[in-house]
Amino acid sequence: MTLLQLMFDTLLGFSLLWLAWQALTSPDLFRAIVLFIAFGLLMALTWIRLDAPDVAMAEASIGAGLTGALLLSALARLGSKNGSRAILEKKHQAGSMTENTKNQLPFRLLLMVLLLAVAAGLVYVVLTLPENIPGLGILVEENLESSGVSNPVTAVLLNYRGYDTLLELSVLLLTLLGVWSLGDMTKQHESFPGPVLSTLSRLLVPLLIMAAGYLLWVGAHAPGGAFQAGSLLGAAGVLLLLAGWRPGTRLAGLPLRISLVLGVAAFVAAGMVFILLGRQFLEYPPSFAGVLILLIEAAATLSIGITLAALFLGGRPKFSQPKFSRPKLNQPKSSQPKFRRHK
Amino acid sequence: MNNIYLYTIVGMGLFTLGLYAVIVHAHLLRKILAINVMGSGVFLVLVALAARNQGTAPDPVPHAMVITGIVVAVSATALALALMLRVRAKTGQAELSEESLE
Repeated sequence: MTLLQLMFDTLLGFSLLWLAWQALTSPDLFRAIVLFIAFGLLMALTWIRLDAPDVAMAEASIGAGLTGALLLSALARLGSKNGSRAILEKKHQAGSMTENTKNQLPFRLLLMVLLLAVAAGLVYVVLTLPENIPGLGILVEENLESSGVSNPVTAVLLNYRGYDTLLELSVLLLTLLGVWSLGDMTKQHESFPGPVLSTLSRLLVPLLIMAAGYLLWVGAHAPGGAFQAGSLLGAAGVLLLLAGWRPGTRLAGLPLRISLVLGVAAFVAAGMVFILLGRQFLEYPPSFAGVLILLIEAAATLSIGITLAALFLGGRPKFSQPKFSRPKLNQPKSSQPKFRRHK
Repeated sequence: MNNIYLYTIVGMGLFTLGLYAVIVHAHLLRKILAINVMGSGVFLVLVALAARNQGTAPDPVPHAMVITGIVVAVSATALALALMLRVRAKTGQAELSEESLE
């Protein structure tokens, strides 16, 4: 390794630590989130340095992009309800913070010592790991031909470790169910998008959809795949939502729900069919594993994209229910200001 | 070879920083950011260790695990943010202060 590379790596490592520190300590939350997005982009650069282009793409689009959008929209909703009170609270907090830090100084010192011990232990464990362990890389390479794809990461994700990916899609679906069960979609269209945003979204959304299709196709033999493509679709959805588009009541009913479960459903169906044919769950025959993986990935891409966009929307969109109205359960009767634990 | 260990140490540093911030900060949004930083640290250690054998291509299994991890992290973040907004709507503040536990 040349000196230049070492210098670059050192600089990158210190920038990561510094950005993380700034994001976690800066008093202004907006600034903290922007710094966190910058941190995510530097992480993507780090993945490239570590020879992991698939991870870099996932990090840049999901880790930095969509997480950043989610954080910023949550921050806007925190502040929007009573802006003036938020500032007062901040002042109050700043006052009480200095008081607290004085009281908590011994506690913080103890915490730092403990955490330094944890960090030292971790460093010791990693530095004493045995060297030159072949790992699973060789096994993956030997069986790559029967997996149906030639990109080893896609092979691991959708063939060898199909269970992980299936469960991951379920986690995504469960998250959306959790977010939906916490409340309906809030009305947030007070601000109209400017001409720049609406023009930009019209230009970018078709491009993003095309890029998602490309990444999905190319994932079989080069860096790319369902998650990267799905996150691009999600980004297109976020852009549309920012430009003021909302799913209509007709679209938000059954069509939305079907497209949300499509990924998990296709995966489970593919697995079950082979059980009926006398194979194991998710054990694809090598002859049409490639086609099957592409089909599953296409369904998963659609579901991932729509789930991510729906997560950004936050809350269940309203849809037309012609016959019956949902009974309102668990309506809070008292307006208690705080949770209080009984003594 | 050296840069692998450099990145693992940075990863553990990020994990520790995040853990410190999770414990120290009261604001829930800050805690969510801190948990994300902790996760990034773990991912960095995994991917760096996947590339530590010289001369061969990096192990794709940790890469696939980290991609899975990134997607799960964004799901967890989205759910946590929704819960934070709910706490804010119920209690009027977005933090777990000590008074509210009394």
